[in-house]
This record gives sequence, structure tokens and C-alpha cells, in this order.
Amino acid sequence: MITVEHLTKRYGAFTAVNDVSFTCAPGTVTGFLGPNGAGKSTTMRMIAGLTPPSSGTATVNGVAFRDLPNPGRHIGVLLDASAQHAGRTGREILSLSAQLLGVGQKRVDAMLELVGLAGTAEKRRVGNYSLGMRQRLGLAHALLGDPTVLMLDEPANGLDPEGIFWMRGVLRDFADRGGTVLLSSHLLREVEAVADHLVVIGNGKIVADGAKDDLLHAGGLYVRGLDPEPLEKALTTAGLSVQPTRDGGFSVAADAEAVGRAALDAGVVLLELRPADSGGLEEMFLRLTSHHDADSTKDAA
Amino acid sequence: MSALTTTPAAGTHRPARTSRPSLARLTAVELRKATDTRAGFWLLAIIALVALGMVLIQMFTGSAEDRTFADFFGGAQLPLGILLPVVGILAVTGEWSQRTTLSTFALEPRRERVIASKLAAAVLMAIGAVVASLAWAALANVIAPLVTDADGSWSFGAEGFGRVVLFQVINVLVGTAFGLALLSTPLAIVLYFVLPTAWTILGSTISALETPAEWLDLSNTTLPLIDGGLSGEAWGQLGTSLALWLVVPLGFGLWRVLRSEIK
Repeated sequence: MITVEHLTKRYGAFTAVNDVSFTCAPGTVTGFLGPNGAGKSTTMRMIAGLTPPSSGTATVNGVAFRDLPNPGRHIGVLLDASAQHAGRTGREILSLSAQLLGVGQKRVDAMLELVGLAGTAEKRRVGNYSLGMRQRLGLAHALLGDPTVLMLDEPANGLDPEGIFWMRGVLRDFADRGGTVLLSSHLLREVEAVADHLVVIGNGKIVADGAKDDLLHAGGLYVRGLDPEPLEKALTTAGLSVQPTRDGGFSVAADAEAVGRAALDAGVVLLELRPADSGGLEEMFLRLTSHHDADSTKDAA
Repeated sequence: MSALTTTPAAGTHRPARTSRPSLARLTAVELRKATDTRAGFWLLAIIALVALGMVLIQMFTGSAEDRTFADFFGGAQLPLGILLPVVGILAVTGEWSQRTTLSTFALEPRRERVIASKLAAAVLMAIGAVVASLAWAALANVIAPLVTDADGSWSFGAEGFGRVVLFQVINVLVGTAFGLALLSTPLAIVLYFVLPTAWTILGSTISALETPAEWLDLSNTTLPLIDGGLSGEAWGQLGTSLALWLVVPLGFGLWRVLRSEIK
């Protein structure tokens, strides 16, 4: 369980994180989405007690991070997979933390096995690891203390498609067993496949927070007929709000039955009738990103 | 446990009743960190080798009556005094340059405990180095009378040993304090060697600074710890200079690390 309440971080006149509140519940994966520089990492560092907030609070399992006894046993944190001593081997990094956490070498073996670094890879120095291997090691490190909460900043960075698929499985499994997962990304598609809950941040502010299905399907229905014109007529006659899309279909804010009946009454053949794509969220996301770019261009000018 | 064999990722998610890692455990982790990298290992190995070299040089130079156990032991302290502070500096600045602070302080958010364990580890390494030099000196004192006309005297007191331990502990702690205050390896190493030397030069060339130098020049005030003859005034001078070179950077470093943002 992660609870963030009114977190704010100011750097001089610049507000990096502005009154951010959200909750990550046990048994769920929360995707923390936002363009680069939106305040995701700063928020996560504040949760982990690494950045002092200007105001607001964050708790893990109801306790401020600093007051957690042996926090690694409660929350596994991966903020930057490259922030490890290049001269240590993968196994040595895990062994050091295992010693601090008070978990045995067996746990180190199991984690190396889990992330696929057991064998020759564990004996190599991390300086020679690819980014994908560092992410795997970082996940092993986060899981080492057998925590109930995981917080991962851009964990899919540097992973190949197979690795991303694998990581989703690990995180899904962790949450299905009652764990809480918070993971950030700047790519909607990346978290869409694994998250139940989405928190979207832009320019330091929360712009969307809700169940993934609600957010993604806010776009209503997509309907496409054999002949567009009679279909549009049928739908407007039925009093439904219709928006044509580029491919000759329509997005309709109504339920499937209403659309189906309107088509039946007019004798129009339907080819597709389904929930609309994540157009709403995707569009909002793109808007945020372009806003951000516009701002930085303005700053540069 | 069958779940563990199929998917070791997920544990049982029991509400863990955990206790803070003890300072002893944190210190053990810090000692391991100081030795488990190539840089750390070789720095300590070089310190041991240079101390051995110093003892060997003494075996074949100087006058015969200076070839005693106490003299060998004392001779080994000079290189230790120069290199041990670097160990202390790296114990702190290495975390910042490699950005391992992100995981260190996420595992122990009470940063003052991490710093305390780093200081404890530095002190233990200094004591370890002095004990190792004791072994080198003993080795030399056994061999010296066989190969040269050495005095071979074993007279050595606990008081002398204590003074030397204190000398090296001060050296390593001042280094660690510089590391904490500056959080940068090159900056800390350069300033650690340049600042006191500049002060020593100033103190010896400008007559008005002569008296302050007696009280504030660490290389002067720690000399009695090696040579003996610690008067009450010498203790006072040592304490005053430590306030400047140890307490001030340590206090500033502590303040800086506790309130800074870890990125």
C-alpha cells in the first residue's frame, strides 16, 4: 500500500511536483504515466525518502518511509538500474544488500535464478552489463527482501520485447499474490498491458487517476458499417451523438445495444461494433507531451 | 514452499515484523564495501605493501641502534598516515560517484546511521592497519639482527601503541570528514592534502601565524602522538586543531548529507 497526499516539491520558482495525491492498493499494479520531466521520478524519490518534499506526505503500508524498520523488507525500490558500483559483480551487489536486510544467500540464489542472471552472468562485473541486465538485477534487488510493495522507475527501459513480457508476468504475479506495485513509464502502451490502475502526471500535476478500463474506454464505442452514410443517418435519427473517424467509422457515446438497434431499424449492415480504442487517454497523453515540448521550446527561445 | 519453487518472486506477503539492522551489521556491510571492489582491495593492499617496504628500508639504512621493534613500528606509520585518509574519503565519496547512495539510503533511510557505520568502519580499518604494521615490525625485528647489526630490542609499551592507534584513527576520521563535507573524490583528496600543507607553509613563513599554527596545524599537533611526550598543552593543541580539521568538516558534512536530495 502506497499513499501519497498533497506531495509538492519546489526548486526555487519551479514547481516539479504540484499537490500530487494518489493511492496504490494491495493486489493492484498502478501505472504512473507521464512524459519525461513530468515529475514521476521526483515523486518516487519523495516516497522513498530520498528527496525531502516541500510539503505533503507519503506513506508505505501506513508508515513514513524513514520510520519503516528495515524498509527493504517492506518495499522494494528500483529508481535507477545504472546506479550500482560498476566494479561489483551482480551477485556481490545482491549479497551486500542481503547482509544488510538479514536475508540469507539462498534468497540471493533464488532471485538471480528468477531474473535469469544465475550462472556466468552473476559473476560478471556490473560495468559490463547491458542496460537490460541491469534492469533484471535491479528487479532482483528490489525483490530481495521479500517486500509487499514494489516501486519501479521505468523498469522496462533497455529490456527487449521478451524481457518486457517476462517482467510484466513477474509484476502481475506479484500483485495477484496481494502485493502492491507502482511502476512508472513514459509510454502508455508499455503499462497498459499490466496495470489495473493508471495515474497520469503532466507538468507536476495529476491529470488523470482511475481504473485502467474506465480511463481507456471513456472514448465510448467504435462502429463501422458497410456504407457510412446510411449508418450515420440511422445513428443521428436515433438521437445518438456521432463523431466520424478517419477510417470511415464512427465513435458513438452510447451503449452497444442502442447502436445495434439503430442499425437494425435502418437495415444497415454493421462490420464492427466494439469499445473505442484508448483514443481519449492516448490523445490526452500526446497533448501533455506536446505541451511539454512547447514549454521547453519556449524556455529555450 | 511449493509456491517458492515455481515463482520465487512472490513471497507469502506476510505482514513482516522487522527490526532495524543493527549498527554492527551496518558496519560489517561498510567494511565489505571497502574491500569488495578492485579499487578498494588494491588501495588496502598497497597500504600494507608500502608499510612493509618502509620497514624493509629501515632495516638497511640508518644507524644500528635505530633498528628496534619500536622504531620499525614507528617507521611504518608514516605511509599509513598518508594513505588511510584516502580510505576514509573513498568510503564516502565512492557512494556518490557511483550513485550507490540511491540504494544505500533506500535500505537505511536514517542517513546518520549509515554515516556512523562508515565512521566506525574507517576506525576499524585504521586499527587493523596499525595491528598489521605491528606484524611487519615484528617480522623485521626478527630478521634484522640476523642480516645486519641491529639492536633488536623488543621494548615497547601499550602506551606507545595506544598513541599510534589514536594518531591513525585521527587521520582516517579527518579523511572521512573531508569526504562527507565535499562528496567528491578528487575534490576531497586534493583539498585534504593541499589545505593542511598550505597552512603548514603559511605557519612556518609568516611569523604572526606561528602561535596559531602551534594550535591549529594538525601535522604539528599530532606529532607528539608518534614521538611521545604529550604534555597537557600538547593535548590542548591537539584538541584545538581537531576542532578545526575534524569537527568542522564532519559537522558540515553531516548537515549536508542529512538534508540533501539523493539523485
